[in-house]
Amino acid sequence: MTPAPSPHPTSPVPRPSAFARLTSGLHRLANPGRFTRLAAQLQPWLTVPGVLLTLAGLVWGLVYAPADWQQGDAVRIMYVHVPAAWLASAGYAALAACSLVSLVWRHPLADLAAAEIGPVGAAVTALCLATGSLWGRPMWGAWWVWDARLTSVLVLLFLYLGHFSLVRAFDDPRRGYRAAAVLALAGAVDLPIIKFSVQWWNTLHQPDSITLTGAPTMALSMLWPLLVTALGMSLGFAAIVLGRLRASVMEQRLRSLLLSRAGAGRRVAARTAGLQADTLDGRGEMVAP
Amino acid sequence: MTHLPFIAASYGLFVLLALWLSISATLRLRTAKRRLRALDAALAAPGVRP
Repeated sequence: MTPAPSPHPTSPVPRPSAFARLTSGLHRLANPGRFTRLAAQLQPWLTVPGVLLTLAGLVWGLVYAPADWQQGDAVRIMYVHVPAAWLASAGYAALAACSLVSLVWRHPLADLAAAEIGPVGAAVTALCLATGSLWGRPMWGAWWVWDARLTSVLVLLFLYLGHFSLVRAFDDPRRGYRAAAVLALAGAVDLPIIKFSVQWWNTLHQPDSITLTGAPTMALSMLWPLLVTALGMSLGFAAIVLGRLRASVMEQRLRSLLLSRAGAGRRVAARTAGLQADTLDGRGEMVAP
Repeated sequence: MTHLPFIAASYGLFVLLALWLSISATLRLRTAKRRLRALDAALAAPGVRP
């Protein structure tokens, strides 16, 4: 027997938009237990391919890729320098995205992620500048020039360091995260400056050899090891940040457990001493009457 | 190989940085796990209330 059609046709349940699905996915990750489980599963899938691809790409570039007809073997510095430069910018873009999520949705994990991306991104930016300097000395005859590309990457390093310092500058960590997020978003203006500096200004630094729209201007025998190294280093960067983020989530849980335990102890002590419950705040700290 | 000291310094810097970042992350993660496990065990012991 088929059921009679309803006299009141119901409207179809609207499907959640992609934006709503994204935000609900982000909020699900706010659960530290769920995040730690997911991250622990993801960690080996980032670490093992990251290490293998980086090693393969670096050996390929160092031993098997051809030398450049003008630069000689110094071009092999490219296999470290270029992925480091890409990661420095990509890391900052990720930091700015986390800062946006933190400011808009007050997502606790976004604050922690931004705080953990910062030091790793600063280290990669410093590596980019150092290897660029090591490449520039034999090619340009100078360790450093105040060129638009070099200077804008140096500004990126200062932005990373400023973010790192601001996170730790306040007694209340939430204020530190908020100030650092504002700085990170304002500093994101440096990313297009880095990207287009070689087009906007007459620089000593060479123009981009690889673009999203045009064909690469380098030989495929050099391009492939570069891409393999870049993929490996990106996975390695993500693995290191994820490892630090997992540790940070655990440290925060540890702090909150210790605080709640200390608060419970103070409440018992206060009760024993005959104090009123309203002399303690939510964390069990004594408050002035 | 031309410019060997510059190439060796670049690759050496990368290896040092990668080792430092990965070892520090691993040690931090291991310490956090150990402390959390110890605290969870202490809180789960009979007669202890969080």
